[in-house]
Amino acid sequence: MAEPRAKRSLASRLPVISHIRQSSGLQRGMLVAGTIITLAFVLVALLAPLIAPYHYNENRDADGPFPTQEAPNAEHLWGTTVGGYDVLSRVIWGTQTALLVVIIAIALSIVIGVLLGLVSGYLGGWIDRVLVVIADAIYPFPTLLLAIVTSIVLAGGRSTLWSGILAAAVAITVIFIPQYYRVIRAEAVRLKSEAFVESARVLGTSTGRILFVHVLRNSTRSIPLILTLNASEAILTLAGLGFLGFGISPTTAAEWGYDLNRALADTASGIWWTGVFPGAAIVLLVLGLTLMGESLNDIADPKLRLRRRRKGTDLPAVQGGAA
Amino acid sequence: MSKAVEIRDLRISFATDAGDVTAVDGVSLDVAGGEVLAIVGESGSGKTVTAKSILKLLPSTASTRGAVVLNGTDVVPLTGDRLRAVRGADAAMVFQEPSTALNPVYTVGWQLAEGLRAHGKYTKQQARAKAIEMLDRVGIPDPEQRIDHYPHQFSGGQKQRIVIAMALVLDPEVIIADEPTTALDVTVQAEILDLLRRCRDEFGAAIVLITHNMGVVADLADRVAVMYEGRIVEQADAVTLFASPQHEYTKRLLGSVPRIGTSLKEPWVATDDAAVVEARGLVIEYPGRFGRAGFRAVDGVDLAIAPGEVLGLVGESGSGKTTIGRAIAGLTRISDGSLSVLGHEMLGYRERDFRPLRKRIGFVFQDPATSFNPKLTIAEAVAEPFVVHGEAENASDAKTRVQELLEAVQLPRAFGERFPHELSGGQRQRASLARAIALRPPLLIADEPTSALDVSVQARVLELFAELQREFGFASLFISHDLAVVDLLADRIAVLYRGRLVEQGTGAEVLGAPKHPYTQRLLASLPVPDPIEQAERREQLRALRALPTPAADG
Repeated sequence: MAEPRAKRSLASRLPVISHIRQSSGLQRGMLVAGTIITLAFVLVALLAPLIAPYHYNENRDADGPFPTQEAPNAEHLWGTTVGGYDVLSRVIWGTQTALLVVIIAIALSIVIGVLLGLVSGYLGGWIDRVLVVIADAIYPFPTLLLAIVTSIVLAGGRSTLWSGILAAAVAITVIFIPQYYRVIRAEAVRLKSEAFVESARVLGTSTGRILFVHVLRNSTRSIPLILTLNASEAILTLAGLGFLGFGISPTTAAEWGYDLNRALADTASGIWWTGVFPGAAIVLLVLGLTLMGESLNDIADPKLRLRRRRKGTDLPAVQGGAA
Repeated sequence: MSKAVEIRDLRISFATDAGDVTAVDGVSLDVAGGEVLAIVGESGSGKTVTAKSILKLLPSTASTRGAVVLNGTDVVPLTGDRLRAVRGADAAMVFQEPSTALNPVYTVGWQLAEGLRAHGKYTKQQARAKAIEMLDRVGIPDPEQRIDHYPHQFSGGQKQRIVIAMALVLDPEVIIADEPTTALDVTVQAEILDLLRRCRDEFGAAIVLITHNMGVVADLADRVAVMYEGRIVEQADAVTLFASPQHEYTKRLLGSVPRIGTSLKEPWVATDDAAVVEARGLVIEYPGRFGRAGFRAVDGVDLAIAPGEVLGLVGESGSGKTTIGRAIAGLTRISDGSLSVLGHEMLGYRERDFRPLRKRIGFVFQDPATSFNPKLTIAEAVAEPFVVHGEAENASDAKTRVQELLEAVQLPRAFGERFPHELSGGQRQRASLARAIALRPPLLIADEPTSALDVSVQARVLELFAELQREFGFASLFISHDLAVVDLLADRIAVLYRGRLVEQGTGAEVLGAPKHPYTQRLLASLPVPDPIEQAERREQLRALRALPTPAADG
């Protein structure tokens, strides 16, 4: 009986990679496409200083100021904006800002949401009731409105690179905390009555140890999905903030939403390149993240997961189907 | 006699993450009209899948080859409307858990009529009249009123009767009963088995009975097919099978069924030491909601467990046996009376004061599948008691002691590296015992430790329990609904009925000469794995049933 157990390597246990191994068919295609798009954006963000032809707030070089609203040409591949900025460079640098905001926003909301959810779900009582009411109170607000208010309170509208990024991230965090809180709380409530948590209580395990060793480790399975879906929503919220003028100012960082806002006036005069490229960047990144999130969601659910059949067994076999 | 079902060379495999898994491997079976065929085997033997293939009730990951001829039509290639026409009319299903097989938001009358509506035109009055008639025939009193009631207004046994009525309503050739009595108490089980026998005799339906309980087989079946690893290893009529089993597996299966009157335990010698657990007038109430009166789960129970003694606590679901076990372990608070555990009073105690005592109490849970943290290895889980009580820094610190424990429960050392889901139910329950005795507690509470296990596995775990008890000498509260299991291990047996202790004494006293009418009924309802003896017992039970219902405080 004691045959050696095949140890799974760390790589094959990581969320997305293990999912790709399990997947097949359309679901695998969606997941791989989403992962590739997302990874491409991460690479662009990391290598921005190397691949961007100009700096994001550079509108002149040794030969004098750049021409404004110039159509794509050899010097400026994607043209220039009304302020004389290079569109290609701003889109590339914008990737960095977008991903930075998403990472900070999600990291903050996961930590806070998970901690609150654990405590609230496991301990219950008045803490639980107060937190549920607060989480419910946040839900009815339109997310963008909430983000605008938070950003005004934190940064007075707009500001430097880090305070701007932080303000945007915190604004998004406020919206996401209730989501993580709800999911983890539901899991904690479920796990609280599981026999293994009760058996820990019978042993005399301290509440802290029960929370982190027994409850937390078993309640994180749906986090990768919420995370990817939230990431795409965070990009849209950030772009929305910038578009409405509550984002990060153009001299401190490149931000797609702000560039779209500036491009609004150009559309009437037939200048397409200032709006199309940042817009396409937003669509692509959101698409990549959503593809990843949706397919992770399907693959994680054994009932939705498609499976490959072994070759040769599908001869005259009839698929059994519960109608 | 005509054949109701003919299964020929049936092969069913499931697509899983680990590739295709064959569940049924070349099964051929015949069910004659009006006969009860029992398919027995342990979990995973393919018995449920085989029976469900008659109705083609398989998940979409299954692929089927072979033929299942039901009433002249092969159902394997059927789909859509033609499949729907067969279901219900030619073959119907009785599920294991009656409370989930009924839709809680519709009346039972509506649900009975649903089957009629699916297979023909009935006016409202006709459907209602037919539903009332069916309820009456399955033994629901006052069917004219009860037809408008919702499922939650019926007891578990009545719900199973309604599910059977739903199966019978279209007068099918075959009824497939998937563990129809597993979720029910023994006394109710006997009544449902009687009803199924009537289905065969009065309605002329053939019954395919899936069960792991050999007593149920002996009580009801005409013919038995034994399945093992997807194949049928033996087929015979019931009397022959029980009298002279041929296949090795069948012999083992019948040998591991616990019977009353055998004991694994050496007699316990009384000492003068203070009792480990002592309850006086113990009352446990669950608070009611919104001003309604609370529910009294345990009502004035007196019991004591001496050091080294095993007390078996028997009762049906809702009798309060698990509640008493949880109260002793400090998982449920007591409402009134007195409960002293290892000298500590449990009425109005503070968790902080009780925590040091917890290392002296072991607990084995019912379901080994959920009592382990799925993210910890077995070694880590068994090391938890040492880590929690500061006897080891971490799991690797306690490694030698964990390995000793795994050896004590006869698990290979290498299993410590595995995760709970990589172990079978019996292996997990061994690990659960290892964890419970890790700190050598003087008291061990076992809450139905074997009721989730197959009979053959159960026998080995019970032997292990007796062996550990001998070696470590702990006192134990052994909770079970199965009188035979309790008789194997307990020095004394206490019978609970609706929160009250109706009888206690040694095994010979309680089971040999039961005094309380409830104990007598409980004992008579327990089916024995012998068709001839069981037929006699059935008559005895019928005589007992004629007596008035026992009162709780007799």
